Amino acid sequence: MYRILKKRQLTPVTALYVIDAPLVARTARPGQFVILRVDEGGERIPVTITDFDPEAGTVTIVVQQVGKTTHWLAQHGEGDTLADFAGPLGTPVALPDRGRVALVGGGFGAAAILTIAKELAKRPEVTVDAIVGARTASLLILSDEVGAVVDRFLPCTDDGSRGYHGLVTGLLEQEIAAVGYDLVMAIGPMPMMRAVAEVTRPHGIPTYASMDPIMLDGTGMCGACRVRVGGQNRFACVDGPFFDAHQVDFDEVTRRNKMYRHEERLALERWHQHQGSCATVG
Amino acid sequence: MAMISLKKQPMPQQEPKVRATNFAEVPLGYTLEMAVHEATRCLQCQDPQCEKGCPVSVPVRDFIGLLAQGRLEESIRTMKAVNRLPAICGRVCPQEEQCEARCVLNRSGRQPVAIGRLERFIADWEREHGWVAADPPERRPERVAVIGAGPAGLTCAGDLAAMGYQVTVFEALHAPGGVLTYGIPEFRLPKDIVYADVARLEAMGVEFRYNVVVGRTVTVDALLDELGYDAVFIGTGAGLPKFLGIPGENLAGVYSANEFLTRINLMRAYRFPEYDTPVKVGKRVAVIGAGNTAMDAVRTALRSGAERAMIVYRRTEAEMTARAEEYEHALEEGVEFYWLTNPVKVLGNSEGWVKGLECVRMELGEPDESGRRRPVPVPGSEFVLPCDTVILALGTTPNPILINATPGLETNRRGCVVADEETGATSRPGVFAGGDVVTGAATVILAMGAGQRAARAIHRYLDEKRQAAAAD
Repeated sequence: MYRILKKRQLTPVTALYVIDAPLVARTARPGQFVILRVDEGGERIPVTITDFDPEAGTVTIVVQQVGKTTHWLAQHGEGDTLADFAGPLGTPVALPDRGRVALVGGGFGAAAILTIAKELAKRPEVTVDAIVGARTASLLILSDEVGAVVDRFLPCTDDGSRGYHGLVTGLLEQEIAAVGYDLVMAIGPMPMMRAVAEVTRPHGIPTYASMDPIMLDGTGMCGACRVRVGGQNRFACVDGPFFDAHQVDFDEVTRRNKMYRHEERLALERWHQHQGSCATVG
Repeated sequence: MAMISLKKQPMPQQEPKVRATNFAEVPLGYTLEMAVHEATRCLQCQDPQCEKGCPVSVPVRDFIGLLAQGRLEESIRTMKAVNRLPAICGRVCPQEEQCEARCVLNRSGRQPVAIGRLERFIADWEREHGWVAADPPERRPERVAVIGAGPAGLTCAGDLAAMGYQVTVFEALHAPGGVLTYGIPEFRLPKDIVYADVARLEAMGVEFRYNVVVGRTVTVDALLDELGYDAVFIGTGAGLPKFLGIPGENLAGVYSANEFLTRINLMRAYRFPEYDTPVKVGKRVAVIGAGNTAMDAVRTALRSGAERAMIVYRRTEAEMTARAEEYEHALEEGVEFYWLTNPVKVLGNSEGWVKGLECVRMELGEPDESGRRRPVPVPGSEFVLPCDTVILALGTTPNPILINATPGLETNRRGCVVADEETGATSRPGVFAGGDVVTGAATVILAMGAGQRAARAIHRYLDEKRQAAAAD
């Protein structure tokens, strides 16, 4: 059992959890993820590691309520436990020792760039810009934490309530023209990562995207997370999650990710009904 | 020998029509009367050949002799002194190629003694009537890390614990059993049986740590150098699925058998939404391959609502690697077989879902390196097999995570760990390995045999180390 030591609500649907997981914290590296299960009978879901502290033996994750499992997790607070928390999984992303890097985060992907930003901050010859987007200012998460470790923190909002008015790709295009980048790393929803890849492609800027395909065991055993990269099948759980964004077949992975759309909806409806009936009884 | 019946005591089993719609075990097991009756067919040979056919050298003659006399406690104790997992072996071992193949009754035109069914009976009897205690061993100070809670690891852990060692089993998944849990379906090996055997090991003092992916969470070197283990046994199996590399393989609705079976066996997707993990089983399911895993997948598909469950295999019935019993069960349940049929392309609809399998007919040519006749395509024989789910059961290879994270661990060109057949010793001192990670995908009992031999070798290694330290 893995105890939730701290919980912080970041938005009405997104929370940060500090989990007691000493073995995971001991070996975690930037860009890796965990597979967790909330309880017996629960699904195994992959979650990016937002932060880790080997001394304290803790791993921080940020989870947004999307489906049944994440809604159920959201009902857990400090002192509660998770049944399973396996990791760190995936290949740690290779980071440069010099040059100008743009970390592009969308939605709760903004939380996922934190470990990378922290690691790059230790490298004096690397300059890092964080380009982070959300619908509106209140949904920009972990701005202070990310802002503290990057050279420039560049928020974007769809409604213009904070920073650049528009999508991350618009600001990225502008900054490529203004300062230029040696490397771009994108973490966020699939359409955003795909759009980032299309922005950098004509400039020939090496670009990595963190793939989030359907995953089951997370150890290379099931092959559900296979992603076509440069025409080759790669397992996101073992070879990834970061791949060359210019080589990823986004069409295919997007289609595959819809495979359980019906079941996901069914599980969530059933969950809401169950919550409703419990509330009535309560 | 005139008194000995020609045939084995038949095994009561669920009717094919009924069982094809449920996940309950197919064979129902002998009653005590049936078991004793079958046990009396054993001739109690002076030099029992059956035992030589067993990879773990089960004392077949003695456990059956005691059973025939109704001395059940002694029978199970005799068995467990050698094999700690008889309820599992009795169900999944290929006895027809091992112990039973060597039974002397075969020579007189009779069926062999049903050794597997008796092994299963005596193990089930113990589980239902309370465990028979073994003498507690003398405690030894050394700690051994066993990596992987599958057949090899469980056997090695149990044998070492029985010798008095402190054993920790590290398992990547959230449940024990390895392939016994994620791979073999409930109707062939109920998970409660695996969990009961694991509980038994826990009662012997074996510690189980789940969610530890050795190679990521900890390394073999950290176990030895930082976490205080004196020896390591690697039993991580062969869990990496193969794909065909044909067009359409990444369409929605195409599964590796590992994924399909893991969803259903480990995650219980057949009970979605009561359990959270879903699985999509179409009306027409094509399983590619004809090994035991393919039979498990196709019979599972049938039980999960498929109206037609089909095996597609490029060779013939004669070359398939599945056990005869599994093939017969599949036939009885209505599985269709497309022999000499090779898939060349998975066809999809406009939404990226499987709608069919383009195949080509094959014929058998000259023998290939496996000694089996090589299938060659018949030109112009392409046809489309309509289906909405495709399951690839093409075999597996060892998972590279641990291997890549362990410097100096020698592997061969198939990606298997190189280990001494008798001892399991690897190129790294104090590191032993056995089971599918060494041999490539094989059987449960061969993995158990390797776990057993490695336990003895680890015992010798630690004994020598202790004596060397005392001599200093």
